[in-house]
Amino acid sequence: MAVVFERPKSLKETKFHYCPGCHHGIIHRLVAEVIDELKLQEKTIAILPVGCAVLGYEYFDVDCIEAAHGRAPAVATGVKRCRPETFVFTYQGDGDLASIGTAEIIHAAARGENISVIYVNNAIYGMTGGQMAPTTLLGQKTTTSPQGRKAELTGYPLRVCEMLATLQGVTYLERTSVHDPKHVRKTKKAIKEAFQVQLAGKGFALVEVLSACPTNWRMSPERALDFVKNQMINYYPLGVFKSLEEVE
Amino acid sequence: MSKVLMKGNEAIGEAAIKAGCRYFFGYPITPQSELPEYLSWRLPEVGGVFLQAESEVAAINMVYGAAATGVRVMTSSSSPGISLKQEGISYLAGAELPCLIINIMRGGPGLGGIQPSQSDYFQATKGGGHGDYRLIVLAPASVQEIADLVKKGFDLADHYRMPALLLGDGMLGQMMEPVDFGTETSGDKFDHAWATTGKQGREHTNIINSLYLKPEELEAHNRRLEKKYLEIMKQETMAEQYLTEDAEVVIAAYGMTARITKAAVDMARREGIKAGVFRPITLWPFPQRELNEATQKAQVVLTVEMSLGQMVEDVQLALKGRLPVEFYGRVGGMVPTAEEVLNEVKKIVKRYQEAM
Ligand SMILES: Cc1ncc(C[n+]2csc(CCOP(=O)(O)OP(=O)(O)O)c2C)c(N)n1
Ligand code: SF4
Repeated sequence: MAVVFERPKSLKETKFHYCPGCHHGIIHRLVAEVIDELKLQEKTIAILPVGCAVLGYEYFDVDCIEAAHGRAPAVATGVKRCRPETFVFTYQGDGDLASIGTAEIIHAAARGENISVIYVNNAIYGMTGGQMAPTTLLGQKTTTSPQGRKAELTGYPLRVCEMLATLQGVTYLERTSVHDPKHVRKTKKAIKEAFQVQLAGKGFALVEVLSACPTNWRMSPERALDFVKNQMINYYPLGVFKSLEEVE
Repeated sequence: MSKVLMKGNEAIGEAAIKAGCRYFFGYPITPQSELPEYLSWRLPEVGGVFLQAESEVAAINMVYGAAATGVRVMTSSSSPGISLKQEGISYLAGAELPCLIINIMRGGPGLGGIQPSQSDYFQATKGGGHGDYRLIVLAPASVQEIADLVKKGFDLADHYRMPALLLGDGMLGQMMEPVDFGTETSGDKFDHAWATTGKQGREHTNIINSLYLKPEELEAHNRRLEKKYLEIMKQETMAEQYLTEDAEVVIAAYGMTARITKAAVDMARREGIKAGVFRPITLWPFPQRELNEATQKAQVVLTVEMSLGQMVEDVQLALKGRLPVEFYGRVGGMVPTAEEVLNEVKKIVKRYQEAM
């Protein structure tokens, strides 16, 4: 019997702990598939965040470093500067990257560090039980914005791709989503593109993936897909914000 | 090798290079900036990397990443910057990563001042960051000792797989003295099989981590660290004794303050007072046994620090009430003079005269 679908080599045989309908699992798989396809497993060092993906080192079958909350881009910088021959990526949530770790991500990008960043934006703090994130949409209810996020009190959601696009050090920026198969395929393509930027020594690349957190959004997995499609993409438009051709 | 005349801060940089360190991440702050400035041209010369980070928080996390790959790496700062590094230091300790951290202390709290101080003793030796962890803390008192202790610090860090901290003050950083860097070494002789370098054919993945969600596992991890710390307390204490054999007053002081107290002891001896100096070189582990040996003939111990009294607590703990412990401190960047210390010694002698 021919095998038509199997576990990517770069994923261990450990069951994900993610909630039903969570997109972290899909995104892990895409990252692992790209690592396999580009034959990077033996030279990859993954930097994991503090957030729901903190246990990534139990899933990715590559060398892994668990970073402090938000500091993954600085850790990745240390790794890549000492071992330029390795392939280094960070995997970070929106609380990790866009709140506590804004300084680290902006300066890694501005320096044009030759690293790849997978930025998983689910507009909420998943791991700590659904508090407001800097990416939480206006009106969105969280455990720390029970009446819905109000601009007068907490300002406006942060658009990371748009912000980083202003930096000269950045080579590749794309925002994608995984709410349907078509967009899953597009996301994989974007991740591959980003990884190839690093392999070519062309500098900083980031893929922002809009992602569902049905548990803390208090939605069924199905309704969560609708929220991504109809609410999140509205505020966070998909697309390529910067690419290699533009830079060259 | 012959001696060269060098500033303390620059000697730290050169000693690191001689110890095989090729990576430095830091953020500017007075009074240690000569060190990153020196390394910014010297490291590229030897094929290394100097990177000025966006903050001390980023710098220590770059160190965390670099150390994870098994290379010798260093960062440096002064008091307020070291406060910012505490999160990363705790992670380095938790993940058992070796590195050398330099703190050229200035006065605090808050922004404080830029003049010499020893007010970060607690922070260095009692934690600073969160969690049950220790740092190996080395306190040089001359430019030559800087060179020796930088090398020693890297070796201890590699041997025990933990961060080491060199604690100096602005005076030590700024002063020029002749120094011999000795032979070049490296970290190559230490086992780095644990390092994250990419699997490179390995069956298992290497993981650098400090997260243990199961309490049984975290306790076991803490116990493993404890075992290491107890071993260090037994094996690695260092101290210098100056005229302590017959001393009735022993002054306990570290770093530059110890040098000042030596001058005070010389003056006291000329006046017939039997005084001596006990200088801890490792602040953690604190040389408890050595202090007790050095105070066999003593009636009283005087601790002198550029702080409101921090190391004095370790002196008391070490003596366990066997001797009275007096304290004299200057703060805020004020440096005690030998005359001041001599005065203190005389006052104490008067107070304890009967016993002497
Ligand atoms: C210094 C520090 N502050 C706060 C926390 C608590 N904390 C853990 S995860 C997290 C937010 C995670 O949210 P996000 O990055 O969006 O990832 P997600 O869990 O949604 O995937 C916070 C605040 C921490 N671990 N460390
Ligand atoms: S809490 Fe949210 S982000 Fe975390 S695993 Fe569950 S669904 Fe995913």
